[in-house]
Amino acid sequence: MPNTAESQILAFVRSRYPQAEITGDQDIFSLGFVNSLFAMELVMFVEKTFEVTIPNEELRIDNFRTAGSMAELVGRLSEELAA
Amino acid sequence: MTVIGVVGAGVMGVGVAQNLAQTGHDVVLVDKDEQILQQALANIERNSRMSRLMGGPALDADAILARITTAVGADALAKAEIVIENVTENWDVKREVYEALDAACGPDTVFVVNTSAIPITKVGAVTGRPDKVIGVHFMNPVPAKPAVELIPGFHTTPDTIERTRSLLAAMGKRAVDVKDSCGFISNRVLMLTVNEAAYLVHEGVATAESVDEVFRSCFGHPMGPLETADLIGVDTILYSVEVLYEHYADSKYRPCPLLKQMTDAGLHGRKSGRGFFTYAN
Repeated sequence: MPNTAESQILAFVRSRYPQAEITGDQDIFSLGFVNSLFAMELVMFVEKTFEVTIPNEELRIDNFRTAGSMAELVGRLSEELAA
Repeated sequence: MTVIGVVGAGVMGVGVAQNLAQTGHDVVLVDKDEQILQQALANIERNSRMSRLMGGPALDADAILARITTAVGADALAKAEIVIENVTENWDVKREVYEALDAACGPDTVFVVNTSAIPITKVGAVTGRPDKVIGVHFMNPVPAKPAVELIPGFHTTPDTIERTRSLLAAMGKRAVDVKDSCGFISNRVLMLTVNEAAYLVHEGVATAESVDEVFRSCFGHPMGPLETADLIGVDTILYSVEVLYEHYADSKYRPCPLLKQMTDAGLHGRKSGRGFFTYAN
């Protein structure tokens, strides 16, 4: 089982793009039907769901390519918050 | 330092104000409602933050917001060199706004009509300065789009065209010249396409997903017409189709009833969280 953050993110991406079979390590921007506007929605979703503020230097497309990389980012930010 | 006025703080006004501020212009952003202005500033801050993620330059949101002041009512634009108007595509609303601008602004102020369909000559006629009224059709999202349609009206002078061209160049925009004709190039074609796509969904011929899939996968468009409609705003699409229908009195522009129902139901697209598709705002 993937960790909670990853499965929540994956569920969100799948709900928007039900026609694709998306996995946690798949680059969603390489699938052809996801555009950069969705990246903005991902930021909103991640910030709201996990109650984190993503700093400007982390707002790079590489952090949002896969559900796994987004979960990693959330983990990193939550740790910083707890520290 | 010259001041540029931006009237209307909706999707387009927000984009125009941000684009102006990020290219070093001082902006006065005007709307009829303080709450809309506060929301607009929040949207500009968010869009600036997201710029790099969206494939644009990295932007300093604080520096951009520092160049934008907001005000309720046209009086704040008395000293503006150029005013870019972005209110809703509804003739009665536009006419009222231009009458107020004409009274509030100095005689040399150029009025830029940011419209997707309304004839520029018609706008010029409700002001006392038709020589200083010109159309610029900005595309959404404004800061990300490299070109605009530039539309002089019947009475627009070469000096007005030149001043507008200079501002557009300073904003990083290429101007595509179009004669004043309702819908210009973009909307004569795009609005009919979106309207017909809405009819396909309305008649149950195909789902919104299927319509867009054909445009993306078969035609190679980055976005289908219905996702584009959601981005522009379903209400704006309806008003634009209605403007074409009224202007040309040609039944090929008859608005799809589904667009009317969605507009009434508040399904205005990306900005309201739901249109042909659903979004997380």
